[in-house]
Amino acid sequence: MKNMKKSTKTDFATYAGVTAAFLIMYALQRGGHLTSSISGQLVPICCFIVMAVSLNLVVGISGELSLGHAGFMSVGAFGGIIAAQSLAGAIPSAPLRLIVALVVGALCATVVGFVVGVPVLRLRGDYLAIVTLAFGQIIKDLINCLLVGYDSHGLHIVFNISGLKSINDLHLEETGKAIIKGAQGAVGVTKIASFPAGFILVMITLVVILNLVRSRTGRAIMAIRDNRIAAESVGLNITKYKLMAFVISAAMAGAAGALYGLNYGSLVASRFDFNTSILVLVYVVLGGLGNIWGSIIATVVLYMLPEALRQFSDYRMLVYAIILILVMLVTNNAQLKALLGKLIPHKKEAAGNE
Amino acid sequence: MKNTKKIISFIVVMTMILALCSVSAFAAEGETFKIGGIGPLTGGAAIYGNAAMNGAQIAVDEINALGGVQFEFNAQDDTGVAETSVNAYNSLKDWGVQAIVGTVTTAPCISVSAEAYSDRIFMLTPSASSTDVIADKDNMYQVCFTDPNQGIASADYMAENYPDAQIAIIYKNDDAYSQGIRDTFASEAESKGLTVVYEGTFTEDTQTDFSVQVAAAQAAGADMVFLPIYYTPASVILTQANAIGYEPTFFGVDGMDGILSVEGFDASLAEGVMLLTPFSADAEDERTQNFVAAYNDLYGETPNQFAADGYDAMYILYAALQEAGCTPDMSAQDICEALVGVMPTISVDGLTGQGMTWSATGEVSKAPMAVVIKDGVYVLPEAAE
Amino acid sequence: MVFFTYLISGISLGSVYAIIALGYTMVYGIAKMLNFAHGDVIMVGGYICYIALNSLGLPAIVAVILAMIVCTVLGVVIEGLAYKPLRQAGSLAVLITAIGVSYFLQNAAQLIWGATPKNFTSVVHFSLPAGLMSVGLSSEALITVLACIVIMIALTTFVNRSKLGKAMRACSEDKGAAQLMGINVNRTISMTFAIGSALAAIAGVLLCSSYPVLQPTTGSMPGIKAFTAAVFGGIGSIPGAFIGGLLLGIIESLAKAYISTTLANSIVFAVLIIILLVKPTGLLGKYAPEKV
Repeated sequence: MKNMKKSTKTDFATYAGVTAAFLIMYALQRGGHLTSSISGQLVPICCFIVMAVSLNLVVGISGELSLGHAGFMSVGAFGGIIAAQSLAGAIPSAPLRLIVALVVGALCATVVGFVVGVPVLRLRGDYLAIVTLAFGQIIKDLINCLLVGYDSHGLHIVFNISGLKSINDLHLEETGKAIIKGAQGAVGVTKIASFPAGFILVMITLVVILNLVRSRTGRAIMAIRDNRIAAESVGLNITKYKLMAFVISAAMAGAAGALYGLNYGSLVASRFDFNTSILVLVYVVLGGLGNIWGSIIATVVLYMLPEALRQFSDYRMLVYAIILILVMLVTNNAQLKALLGKLIPHKKEAAGNE
Repeated sequence: MKNTKKIISFIVVMTMILALCSVSAFAAEGETFKIGGIGPLTGGAAIYGNAAMNGAQIAVDEINALGGVQFEFNAQDDTGVAETSVNAYNSLKDWGVQAIVGTVTTAPCISVSAEAYSDRIFMLTPSASSTDVIADKDNMYQVCFTDPNQGIASADYMAENYPDAQIAIIYKNDDAYSQGIRDTFASEAESKGLTVVYEGTFTEDTQTDFSVQVAAAQAAGADMVFLPIYYTPASVILTQANAIGYEPTFFGVDGMDGILSVEGFDASLAEGVMLLTPFSADAEDERTQNFVAAYNDLYGETPNQFAADGYDAMYILYAALQEAGCTPDMSAQDICEALVGVMPTISVDGLTGQGMTWSATGEVSKAPMAVVIKDGVYVLPEAAE
Repeated sequence: MVFFTYLISGISLGSVYAIIALGYTMVYGIAKMLNFAHGDVIMVGGYICYIALNSLGLPAIVAVILAMIVCTVLGVVIEGLAYKPLRQAGSLAVLITAIGVSYFLQNAAQLIWGATPKNFTSVVHFSLPAGLMSVGLSSEALITVLACIVIMIALTTFVNRSKLGKAMRACSEDKGAAQLMGINVNRTISMTFAIGSALAAIAGVLLCSSYPVLQPTTGSMPGIKAFTAAVFGGIGSIPGAFIGGLLLGIIESLAKAYISTTLANSIVFAVLIIILLVKPTGLLGKYAPEKV
């Protein structure tokens, strides 16, 4: 009972912390006290927080290593862009259109997440990891083949597998507009994403995921992570729970992708490659597996780090790499852990179970 | 409590970052124009970004040495990603940028130019060649050709000189530049009655091995291989075609320039390669030779076309600023409006073209030059025969 | 006839993947970690060999040996500084550190050698009879395939027969028990990294000889492909890595030739997914029943 209360307290602290951070940043932004650099990073940070928190559901809570999370972001981003661009006439209000785009992005990613999840979750460990990586690459390649345009007859979609078709093969009307030009990606996207929208998306993600984790379902998912056989023997449907975590996470990533896609004038599928999946994984691991609060902070810090290191010019990414290695060593070194363990004995046990 | 410790250390790092950010936010008003540069200085596309920014830096040094208008140049890394590019742009804004030379690659340029359009900051890209870069933006200008321009010019040249060629195309279909040229080339070739017998593609992930594409082009009987790609993969294609004894005429576009300076590349393989290029590091004129010598001194390499584009971009900006009568104390917005006014009226001689002029849409007008590689240097096609 | 050309190009590509995959799989088998920096060690090997050949003018064989020595030292240093302190930590922490090392190597390489790609001078100097050339067999491909087979046989013998090889297998089975039997686990793991990195150097040289672009990111995509190959064959299994690498190369080559050059990578990955669904531990992977 006491434990329960504590977790509820942590959850509310998380909501309150995020809200406070948002209000402060928003006030500063509106007052013009933020540098353009920071102000421009607010929306992508929100997107990557959602990415990290949702990946944490799979990696931390459900215990499966996924190396293809960016694939879902990609599906959501392009889905969202198609929706927003083609509905520009039908829904003149930008915030409303953004909401529709986010929902469409999330739905697209949900479908793909389900299609990917069913086969993937039959596998375990590193084999599962490599298959998620493979799906991430396949999604990227498929989106590279996508040609989408819009005119008064509706959407025109051509799937350019041979690589020989171009945007002219869509046969758009004069007034028609190309939305996705295959590997050249989406161009001329109207920027409608905003920081408040990012904040709302982060809050929705937090509410969904924290409530899921504290629910009966969440306990089942964690039970499967900790001991699959024991969980199976008490009658838990392993596939169902794992799939649930996977699909919810994909849906969140899709919404994050849609927001991300609508924050820039152009977007190419190769942005969501293996390296982006890995980047989000770094946020999750550095923030602590299963630790939602940690994911948020790690994302903010690590996202801003390369920007803050700009004054190192040529050495920027080198310094970033060194900081990354050092932080991993300091936070995971056995001696340091043991030292902390001596100070607080019961925490050591918990750490040992990870 | 392990987590508490983690969180505390993060907060410490965070504070440090914010402290750093505020330091870099100091933008002193000065006697000099603050010119920003954006391009990929690290990552897979770093060769292009570094070349363009290095070329621009040489131009800045020369302009400053003239003693008149002074430039301060700040090149920022965007790793070739749109998002990072916008971040780089924002940090340049904090620095107090007055005009931008960039971005080097196409997709980031589209995103950044959308921002610059709403902020009214003048942009001149050395090398982002897609028409989407300049579409609907009055303050966005290009130094390089647009992709359709090159595709059409290549097809026209072939139709005129090699009407019976059996053409194979190998292009990079996740690259806007390559895909763009291929698309216009293919439609122009069709209308000119050229025969395309094979088309092979590759992507960023598969650009090290072309043995299959080369063998397929050979099997299809192609005697002319059109390569609308950059010189690095092109050098591999030439090497691998040579390895299986396949000797068609290779035809490249401006991205092919630089192939002779690839370190370690056997230049004899490039013998007979034709390309349309606005710049040649072997050109005889004094200005090109000085530039090549300066570049070699500073960076230890022979400059490619990106370096020349970067160099030209800076001089174009210089000419336009003088023409418009801008002074360093003007705001970026005023400078932007003044430059937008004069750009369609000026004519600039550069390394990549004599008498370059611009349309109000931002597109450059200069003549591509067809050259053939003979004995390791570019010569005009007539001279090669 | 052209089919054989495609097949040979696939085999030659596959043997490069196989050599890289052998290094991956060795390290994974013993240290149980995905060493994402492996691809970048390959790149370093390529650069060292390039410099030895072009700047120092050393003979090819000396250049290769020099690259192997440098990579071995690099591998041991990386292991000692970045991975050893995390021996007790979770496997994900080590994975992230490996990614950090990978970033580090790529960016360090760019600062040292510049971003401009270099065209690697092949270390293979003889040429084949014209008849073999005409079906697409190059001398580089022949050497790569031979090297791959020799390395595989040597590794299998080493792991099965030698004392250190036995120690490695023991560590792979059960680190705790191995330690109790008097095996120095840390030293064994360091040795594994040394061997894996030396293999990476050879792989780098052969990779760049066949596909001659050398730049700081040269190792990353072959690294991912080789990782896929290792999983394909059953990660931890030496013959598995060999077969996985070859199959991957052949599938990639034929898919490019007959289906779509755009989707070749996707087809490789799709085949991988199907194989893993049928055989969840790869082609030759060991099935480890879970103990209750």
